[in-house]
Amino acid sequence: MAGAAPQGASRSEIYRGNGGRLMLPVWVFIGIFLVLPVLLMAIYSVLTKEFRGGVIWDFTLAAYDQFFLNRGLFGDEPPTVEWTYIGIFWRSIWQAGLATVFCLLIGFPTAWFIATRDPRSRSVWLFLITIPYWVNLLIRTVSMKFLIRDTGPLNEFLLWTGVISEPLSLINTNFAVQLGLFYSYLPFMVLPIYAAVERYDFSLSEAAADLYADSWTTLRLIILPVVKPGIVAGCILVFVPSLGAFLAPDLLGGAKTFMIGSLIEEQFKGAAGNWPFGAAAAMILLSIVMGVLLIHARAQTRGDG
Amino acid sequence: MNQHSIAVDVDKVVKRYGSVTALHGVSMDIREGEFFTLLGPSGCGKTTLLRCIAGFEDVSEGSIRLHGEDIAPLPPHKRPVNTVFQQYALFPHMTVLENVAFGLLRRGWSAMDANGRAREVLALVQLSDFARRSPGQLSGGQQQRVALARALAPGPQVLLLDEPLSALDLKLRQAVRVELKQIQRETGIAFVFVTHDQEEALTMSDRIAVMSAGHVQQIGTPREIYEAPVNRFVADFIGETNLLEVEVGSVSDGMADIALPGGARLTCPAADGAQRGTGHLSIRPERITPAPAGAGSLQATVEDHVYLGTDIQLHMRLSDGEAMVVRMQNAAAAGIPERGTVLGLEVEAGAARLLAD
Repeated sequence: MAGAAPQGASRSEIYRGNGGRLMLPVWVFIGIFLVLPVLLMAIYSVLTKEFRGGVIWDFTLAAYDQFFLNRGLFGDEPPTVEWTYIGIFWRSIWQAGLATVFCLLIGFPTAWFIATRDPRSRSVWLFLITIPYWVNLLIRTVSMKFLIRDTGPLNEFLLWTGVISEPLSLINTNFAVQLGLFYSYLPFMVLPIYAAVERYDFSLSEAAADLYADSWTTLRLIILPVVKPGIVAGCILVFVPSLGAFLAPDLLGGAKTFMIGSLIEEQFKGAAGNWPFGAAAAMILLSIVMGVLLIHARAQTRGDG
Repeated sequence: MNQHSIAVDVDKVVKRYGSVTALHGVSMDIREGEFFTLLGPSGCGKTTLLRCIAGFEDVSEGSIRLHGEDIAPLPPHKRPVNTVFQQYALFPHMTVLENVAFGLLRRGWSAMDANGRAREVLALVQLSDFARRSPGQLSGGQQQRVALARALAPGPQVLLLDEPLSALDLKLRQAVRVELKQIQRETGIAFVFVTHDQEEALTMSDRIAVMSAGHVQQIGTPREIYEAPVNRFVADFIGETNLLEVEVGSVSDGMADIALPGGARLTCPAADGAQRGTGHLSIRPERITPAPAGAGSLQATVEDHVYLGTDIQLHMRLSDGEAMVVRMQNAAAAGIPERGTVLGLEVEAGAARLLAD
C-alpha cells in the first residue's frame, strides 16, 4: 500500500482531523460571552440577596419562591399563587407578540416592495429603512414620546385638522408601548424577509398561476411557505428583544404597562436592588425564550422530514 | 367546420415593451394534436409568444384564440393551458406527488381523485417510485419529467414547453426527445414547443415556425423548412447550406433560370417572391456531387477537408473567390481529394433553390 504524498493533499485533507483545534476560538468566544454569563446568572438566582444590591453566598430558592408564591406580608401565611410577576410576564409576552404581529403585517409588504424593485433602487430603499437606526435607541424613544404627548405635534396636527376636538392621551398607554416596540424593531423584521424574498424564484408564482392558482392561493400555498425561514427569523428577531425591552415601556408606558425588562432592570439598577430576584426573573425569561425556539426547531425538523 | 381542428389561432399579435417591439404582427394556426415548434435564435420573440399564450404577458395588438375563443381577457390561472418551464419551477417545499396534484386540486378535484390522477401521470413519465421525494432530491432529467407530469396532469387543451430540454446534457436530451414525442402522441394534446436548437425542432416537430427578430420567417413541416426554405435566414439557420450570389434570368411558375458563377446555367425551383436580378441560391452541402475537373456546373479548388466519420466535408473555393462546403459520403472506394485539386461540382436541378432573400 502506497502512502499518500503530503504535497498532493487537497485543502480538505489538510484540514481533516484538525477540526477541533480550528474551532477553538469559537468555543472560547462562546464560553466567555455566552456560557459564563448565563452560568453566573443561574448561580446568582439561587443566592441570598444583600440589602441594596450584591449577594451573600448562601444557597436559597427564595428568589423563585418570591416570584411564584405569595406567603403574605410577613411570610408566615400558607402559600398561594403570586400573580403579580406572572401577570407582568404574561403582559410582556402578549405585548411582544402583538408587536411581532404588527411588524410582520407592515414588514412583509415593505420587504416585498423593496425586493421587487430593480437591483439598483433596492439598496437605496434598504438604506432609507436603516437610516433612523443610526440614532441611539434611547433618543429615538424619547423623540417618540415628544411626538405623541398631549401637546405634541401629532395631537396638534389632529386638532388643527379638526379630526379630534380634545387631545388624545396616547402617552402611558399600551398603544404607546406598542408604537415604541414596533418602531424599534421593524427593521429586524424587514431585513430577513427581504433576504428571503430576494432569493425567491418568481417563476414559481408563474407556475402556480399556470396551474390555476389565483394570487391569494399563490401567496398562501407557494410564496409564504417558500419564504417562511425569513419570516420566522424576522419574528424571532422582533419577539425576543421586545420581550425583554425596557426603554419603550419605561419611557412611553406607565405603571400599567410594566414589562419584564423593566422588572429586571429595577432589581439591578433601581430602588428594589434585589439581584437574586432579578437573576431568577431573567432565568425564567430565558427558559420561555428557549422553549419557543425549541418548539420552532422541532417544527422545522419535522417539516423537513 | 375547419375552425374545429385549430387549437390555437394567433392573429397578428404585436407585443411591445416600451419602445422595443418584441413581436411584429405574428400570425399562425396551431392545429389540434400537433407537435408545433417555435424555432429561432435567442431574442427572436419565440418565448414572448409562448408567454402571451400562457397569459404571463398581455398582447399589445392582435388576438390569440383558443378553440375559437379569445383568451385575452383571461388571467393565466383561468386559461386551460399548462406550461413546462425552462428551469422547471418545481415547488421546492412540496413532494413530487404534491407538485403534480397541485393543478388538479386548484381545479376542485378531491384530494383522493387528484392523488390518483397524479400517480397515473407519474407512471406515464416513469416516476412512480419518486412520488414521495422532494424535487431537490431528483436529478435534472427527473425534475424535467416531474415538470412535464405536473403540466400534463390537469389535461390542458394545449401544452406549452419553454426550452424544456436546454438544462439537460446532450445524451439525456436525445433520449428525452424521443420520450417527449411519444407522450405527445399518446396524449394527443397539442404541444407548443420553444427551442433554439434546430436539430431538436427537426426531429420532434410536426410543423415548425421559424422566427427571427419578432417576425415569422416560415411555417412548415421539418422537410419543407429544410428543403424549401423561403429566405436566406431560414436556409442559413436550419442546417448547413451554401449561399451563392447568382444572376437570375427569369422566374416563372416557381422555376427560375439562373446563371451560376463561372457561367453555367441552371433551372431550379424558386421560393415565392424570388425576383429577377441578383439573387441568392441555396445548395445543401450533401446535395452536391464532386466530379472530375471540367464536368459539372461549377469548378472549385479543394482547400481543406474535415473527416467526420460517416461523411467527409470538403471546404472548397470557386474561381470567383466564393467559399463552398461539400459533403461526400465516406464510401470505401472514393479516396479523399488532395488539397489544391480542382474538381467539378454537379448540382442537381432539384437540390438548388432560389431564395426570396
